[in-house]
Amino acid sequence: MRISAELCELPGVLEASMIMATDANLELIREAGLLDQNLAAAPNDLLIVVQARDRKSLDAALDQAEAALTETEALTLKASTTDITPRSIEMALDGFPEANLALISCPGDYAGAEACKALRLGLDVMIFSDNVPLEEEVALKQLANAAGRLLMGPDCGTAIVNGVPLGFANVVARGDIGIIAASGTGMQQVTCLVDKLGCGISQAFGTGGRDLSAAVGGLSMLKGLKILAGEENTRVITLISKPPASRVAKKILSVAAKCGKPVVVNFLGARAKVPQQGNIFQVDTLEQAAHMAVALSTGRETSTEALPRHCLEGPEIARIVASLSPTQKYVRGLYSGGTFSYEAMLLLDHEIGPVNSLSPLKRKQKLKDIWSSTGNTVLDLGDDLFTRGRPHPMIDHRLRHDRILQEARDGETAVILLDVVIGYGSHGNPADEVAVSIAAAREAEKRGGVAPIFITFVCGAKRDPQNLARQEEILRNAGAIVVESNAQAVRLASDILSRR
Amino acid sequence: MSKPPQSLNVINVGIASFSEVINGAGGRALNVDWRPPAEGDAAVATALAKLVNDLEVEHANRTAFERYLNAQPVLGGIGRAGEVIPEMGERMILHSGPPIDWRDVCGPVHGALVGAIIYEGWAKNQESAEKLLASGEVTLEPCHHHSCVGPMAGITSPSMPVWIVTDANNGKKAFANLNEGLGKVLRFGANSEEVIVRLRWMQKVLAKVLSAGLAAGEGIDIKTIMAQALYMGDEVHNRNAAATGLLFKQLAPRFLQAGLPAADIAEAMNFITENDHFFLNVSMAACKLMLDAAHGVVNSSMVTAMARNGVDFGIRVSGCGDQWFTTPAPVVDGLFFPSYSIADAAPDLGDSAITETAGLGGFAMAASPAIVQFVGGTPNDAIARSREMQPITIGRNNALTIPSLSFSGTAAGIDVRKVVDTGILPIINTGIAHKEAGIGQIGAGITRAPLACFGKAVTWLSEYRDK
Repeated sequence: MRISAELCELPGVLEASMIMATDANLELIREAGLLDQNLAAAPNDLLIVVQARDRKSLDAALDQAEAALTETEALTLKASTTDITPRSIEMALDGFPEANLALISCPGDYAGAEACKALRLGLDVMIFSDNVPLEEEVALKQLANAAGRLLMGPDCGTAIVNGVPLGFANVVARGDIGIIAASGTGMQQVTCLVDKLGCGISQAFGTGGRDLSAAVGGLSMLKGLKILAGEENTRVITLISKPPASRVAKKILSVAAKCGKPVVVNFLGARAKVPQQGNIFQVDTLEQAAHMAVALSTGRETSTEALPRHCLEGPEIARIVASLSPTQKYVRGLYSGGTFSYEAMLLLDHEIGPVNSLSPLKRKQKLKDIWSSTGNTVLDLGDDLFTRGRPHPMIDHRLRHDRILQEARDGETAVILLDVVIGYGSHGNPADEVAVSIAAAREAEKRGGVAPIFITFVCGAKRDPQNLARQEEILRNAGAIVVESNAQAVRLASDILSRR
Repeated sequence: MSKPPQSLNVINVGIASFSEVINGAGGRALNVDWRPPAEGDAAVATALAKLVNDLEVEHANRTAFERYLNAQPVLGGIGRAGEVIPEMGERMILHSGPPIDWRDVCGPVHGALVGAIIYEGWAKNQESAEKLLASGEVTLEPCHHHSCVGPMAGITSPSMPVWIVTDANNGKKAFANLNEGLGKVLRFGANSEEVIVRLRWMQKVLAKVLSAGLAAGEGIDIKTIMAQALYMGDEVHNRNAAATGLLFKQLAPRFLQAGLPAADIAEAMNFITENDHFFLNVSMAACKLMLDAAHGVVNSSMVTAMARNGVDFGIRVSGCGDQWFTTPAPVVDGLFFPSYSIADAAPDLGDSAITETAGLGGFAMAASPAIVQFVGGTPNDAIARSREMQPITIGRNNALTIPSLSFSGTAAGIDVRKVVDTGILPIINTGIAHKEAGIGQIGAGITRAPLACFGKAVTWLSEYRDK
């Protein structure tokens, strides 16, 4: 009725009616002289009748009628669905059609299926969840590739897309450095150092830790490279990964060589034989990666040779060494970030020789009992073997607290290395928790015993909710040495051990 | 992405707090109220994922839904079941729900089978009727296998009169027995003398009057009656008061012109006016016809039947051929008449969920505030329930609109994928039968179709797509 009235008011329209085609209604419009033939219309059909001065007004009226109908339908559909909490990705997409990315953090058993749905529905995907089987990862990445979508993960802890942090991310400045990382903490370290050095991040894509394995073939990193190569906001690209399969590394380097932008590459453990070749700059540590990217971004000298080993001078180190008892000989790295623990093993191996671990560089260094350290030991306390049935140490400090006390009681421990990771998703005040552990460990000192040296660094940015400066201050007040990066922490530990 | 998006809009599945960070940092995020699909069956979850937004399935569903919308059920006559129902013959009894063996039937179906055999004169008493059933001389088959539907036990034997509803769009037919009213009735398993006498009267008198009345004019458009009834407080499953009146209004003058004995006409008219559920069986046959039109579209995930036999709940799906996907029927925890409780209830029973399958009944609860009192809840609950069905259906039936939903069409065309994906289970308004034969209806309530059969259908479709 409302629509009929609106149609009647259009210019050139003499009479208009929009009615159900019941027999009675048909008779009505026949009587009104609007219908001169028998219509093959059923009572459930909607009949639009328009009498107009000319063809043009007629067509205009019919167009408006159709538009009005679609509009009513859309309105009722919208009114009826938008305020229901979505129970599936597809349902969410119905009420939020502008969505372009699905962030999936449900249990790993179902994460693959949810990612598959999201890809099929035309979304880019970040899978935060871990425990997704390798075969499923391969199938999903092939699906993403075929559909032209970016798939970050599985086990992608962090990413930054157009300045928006996803998962465990830090609040860093925007800029022209694009990062693609197969390691969450690796990405956090580089983005935070870039921020500290006064530059910013365009995009930071995570690929998940297995992306550069032979089975997956670096599909996510290759896709990320393609996106960053074509994005005008990105001037420098940085690639980060634990050691990739050599075939995959080769493929990625060959694609990177042709991307038209400088690319900083930090494939941990694959020591750079040729530091620079064309647009490719290979570096050994996350710290170097950040410095190199910043140098390329700002056009400054592109050398990382001049980076300080750490912030302590010789006399200070001598004083520290003198404070140790003769039995204190070893370093114990108790990490919450897997990449930091791996980087520590690599650096220590280079500086002071092989270290023991849960997943060491060489098989014979494997710890027999993960609950007891021997010699120089570096542990990733976020490893599944430790976290089974309990939260990750970046969120729940209890496991690390117990281990810190255990290592401190061991008379052979000279240095304990600790990472403190802040940012969204991490513990609200992790430095405080670490400080409590350090204080407890130093109780022994008061009783005349010796406590180990604590070397720490905070992986975070100044605008993170936990406040970087405050976190560092808490650690210093607790008696820990605070340095700027994992590489500095490890080199300082090496210097202490090798001087005694 | 080929380029990073100008604005990042995230659908967040899992850790809800991630969305706060996104919203605070200039992105937009919407949380999914996620729970493991298929009650945590990861294999079904994977099978489902492969079907989401599958172009073939989407296309097949559009075709099936279009056919459902285009069906034009017209009530044209009454016939004798054994003569008009295809491949039924003279020694078969039809029952509701998916196939079941005589030895496994529930109490009400048992009683109704015995009653039907006595009514047919194949046996004199309960004992000999049971012997006959055990001998296997009488074939039992689902109504649904013969374009037929029946409420509760659904028992339809060859001599019974059935409604004939024809699809004006394609000439196909569907059938349903006539509603006996409330109280001691065969569909609840009663088989006493009064039940048999009533069935014989329905066959001899009622069917004759109805038949003559229907023959005296053109076929009656059922969708139009349904559409009007939705505006008059029916959902044409558990409430048919308005629809029965509308049908009666059309038939009454024709009865009077039929040239039959006035006493017969009076009896028939009395019978109809005393039974507010008289239209139910017509509604069911019309729904069956609409859904049969949608059945058989390869790759379609649209549900074309939901039915229960008092033991199993079964569904059929357009693209899955004639097979049933079944799971044990739930016992409905509804509102019980005085002195009865859930302990007395038979598991869910009857073909009447065909109305929900067609977007009516529970799916159209919002149209029927009156029914809410009968099954518990408020009019707002009714509206919420109808709206809750929208995300699990393919579309809206704009020939069947609901005023309280801004005149949007009823949610119709249940998609097995969406049911499993959202975990939102189709709602069904239902009567509750006593588990023993013959006691009859002891309550009513709202139940949900069990998830398992939808999961099975998803798995089958997914495997079929892989082949």
